[in-house]
Amino acid sequence: MSMKNKQPKTKVKLGKLEKREARAGYFFIAPWLLGVVLFLLYPLAQSFYYMWFNIRITPLGTKFNFVGTGNFTQIWLENPEFPQQLVTYIWQTIVEVPIIVVFALIIAIMLNGKIKMRGFFRLIFFLPVIIVSGPVMNMLVSEGAASIPALNVQSVVSAFDTFLPRSVAESVGEMFSNMIMVLWYSGVQILIFLSALQKVDPSLYEAAKIDGGSNWECFWKITLPTIKPMIMLNAVYSVIFLSGNEQNELINMIEAAMFSGTKEKGYGYASAMAWMYAIVITLIVGLFFLLLGSKKDVYDRQVKKAQRAQKKERRLQKKIQRRGKRNARNIESKLKSNKYRTHESSDNY
Amino acid sequence: MRAATTIKHRFTKEKFHRFIFGTREKQGVGRQTVVYLLLICIGFVYLYPVLYMFSTSFMNRDDLLDSSVKWLPSTLYLQNYIDAAKSMDLFTNFCKGVLIAGLPTLCNVLICMCIGYGFARYNFKGKKLCMGLLIFSYILPSQVTMIPTYVLYNNTGILGTLWAFVLPALLGNGLNAPIFILIFYQFFKQVPKVLMEAAAIDGAGHFKAFVRIAVPSAAPAIITVVLFSFVWYWNESYLTEMYVQGLSTKSVWTNLVIQLKNFDSAFQTKASVGDTATSLNESVRMAATSLTVLPLLIMYFALQRYFIESIDRTGITGE
Repeated sequence: MSMKNKQPKTKVKLGKLEKREARAGYFFIAPWLLGVVLFLLYPLAQSFYYMWFNIRITPLGTKFNFVGTGNFTQIWLENPEFPQQLVTYIWQTIVEVPIIVVFALIIAIMLNGKIKMRGFFRLIFFLPVIIVSGPVMNMLVSEGAASIPALNVQSVVSAFDTFLPRSVAESVGEMFSNMIMVLWYSGVQILIFLSALQKVDPSLYEAAKIDGGSNWECFWKITLPTIKPMIMLNAVYSVIFLSGNEQNELINMIEAAMFSGTKEKGYGYASAMAWMYAIVITLIVGLFFLLLGSKKDVYDRQVKKAQRAQKKERRLQKKIQRRGKRNARNIESKLKSNKYRTHESSDNY
Repeated sequence: MRAATTIKHRFTKEKFHRFIFGTREKQGVGRQTVVYLLLICIGFVYLYPVLYMFSTSFMNRDDLLDSSVKWLPSTLYLQNYIDAAKSMDLFTNFCKGVLIAGLPTLCNVLICMCIGYGFARYNFKGKKLCMGLLIFSYILPSQVTMIPTYVLYNNTGILGTLWAFVLPALLGNGLNAPIFILIFYQFFKQVPKVLMEAAAIDGAGHFKAFVRIAVPSAAPAIITVVLFSFVWYWNESYLTEMYVQGLSTKSVWTNLVIQLKNFDSAFQTKASVGDTATSLNESVRMAATSLTVLPLLIMYFALQRYFIESIDRTGITGE
């Protein structure tokens, strides 16, 4: 009975119609494929190639000079600024992303209730998305418009200083002094959360209320699990946004290195920087993926476990059967050649 | 005596509790006040930089130095704006900015729509791989591919022209194109397949079905993508400066955001010639910032409905 549980998947050859359909699909995405090769894969390979070279642009042409890992040692050992900024960036991102996501969630929950002028509040909270751009932010930050007026930044920084290492406290303090900017980055996230919250099935809440669940319990047991994929989406979006944002010193540094006239810098050096930067970003995204990724729920996991056990058992049975058959065959052939001497009319060997 | 008991009866502790915290059916007054208060406070904090920007931009020198003037300038002083506009060359750069943002947006919408449709409608070999590549291209920071791309543009001679933005957009690799492709993908997946089959039976080819049936139904997604693409292109200064302006070549293509970035030095050269009535101070800088932001703000308030409902309608959050 257990044998017939799952039939092995047979590969069906595509019919003519399906083949033609698939070809039409390629036709539609053809420009993108070309673009990916031209603007993603080729530059990626090229910059991977560049980073092992010292590249200098001379009037006679571009000179490639193989330096191996020279660019990396140069960056790590002789340019103290880059590793420092990288560490600052990592800390800032890891601190800021949860702040952005939690803040967006709180605002979204508040807006999701029965509230008059919801449209007006949404208008306000989405406004920064429209005007946020590197130079505008720089202007506002430099005029001191970006810190919350009532927040005493100095005391916050000194409080963090007591129990955190120096560099971490500094980056966290910098973040607090530009708190509004951090909050400003959560415009899209608020709308995503809001639209996810509005799609949670109200009958779930009704059922929970009948069973005596409080609002607090409803939030943890219904709302949060339902919008969990959105939390991850927002976290990843925030990481990407922060990484490409012009407030970020690192990307300016890469640009500066690219056009720097000094002997050791240039395209190769900048490529090495960019690759390290990309790897760090990928790691951070991976971190949030691991933390927030959708684990299957308990029921699913048990079903999977049971299926695996069943499969194992089936395989064992088959093995035993095969072995039994083989043994029987062996014995029979040996019996025929009279190698075994047995008692007559006895089945025990 | 009797009256006292009725009053006592009327204002019981439970009733008070219910009044403040509400019941399951109705939100209490207390809770609502707290929510409104919080929202208004956070809303003020949110708007604080913008309000500060506008109020400072109208101040003259005396108001700036006068500590008793905090929010409202004593007079409506417009010279800051005039000077800033002169220094930024407002009108020509505004037009250039519209071109820089508009043309790639147009390409972005058309191409992303095709690609999103291709992904949503057809099942072809390697679709999963392609989707993975799409996500990967979004996560990858543009700095990694920036250097070879710059070299490529430089060698083909499109560096410092509008083509540097239009060409990638035409090939579905414009700014934030993966997001737009995913939006269209989500949207076209919701178009019932029956509709397409009916069109096929009526003799529509693949392309005709796309143009006649899929595109007209995708109006909300198109609006979203147009708005976001325009805003993001408008606000992009890093890549615009790198590719369209050309960092070393400095072509004529600039937009307001780049002008704002170089505002201080540009203003000082103007001021040294005596072209401006004021010297560089924070109100002039704030005036320049508000001039940069203003077109988008006007667009936002005019089209607010589309902006705010955009995310709802793209179905990112699933149905």
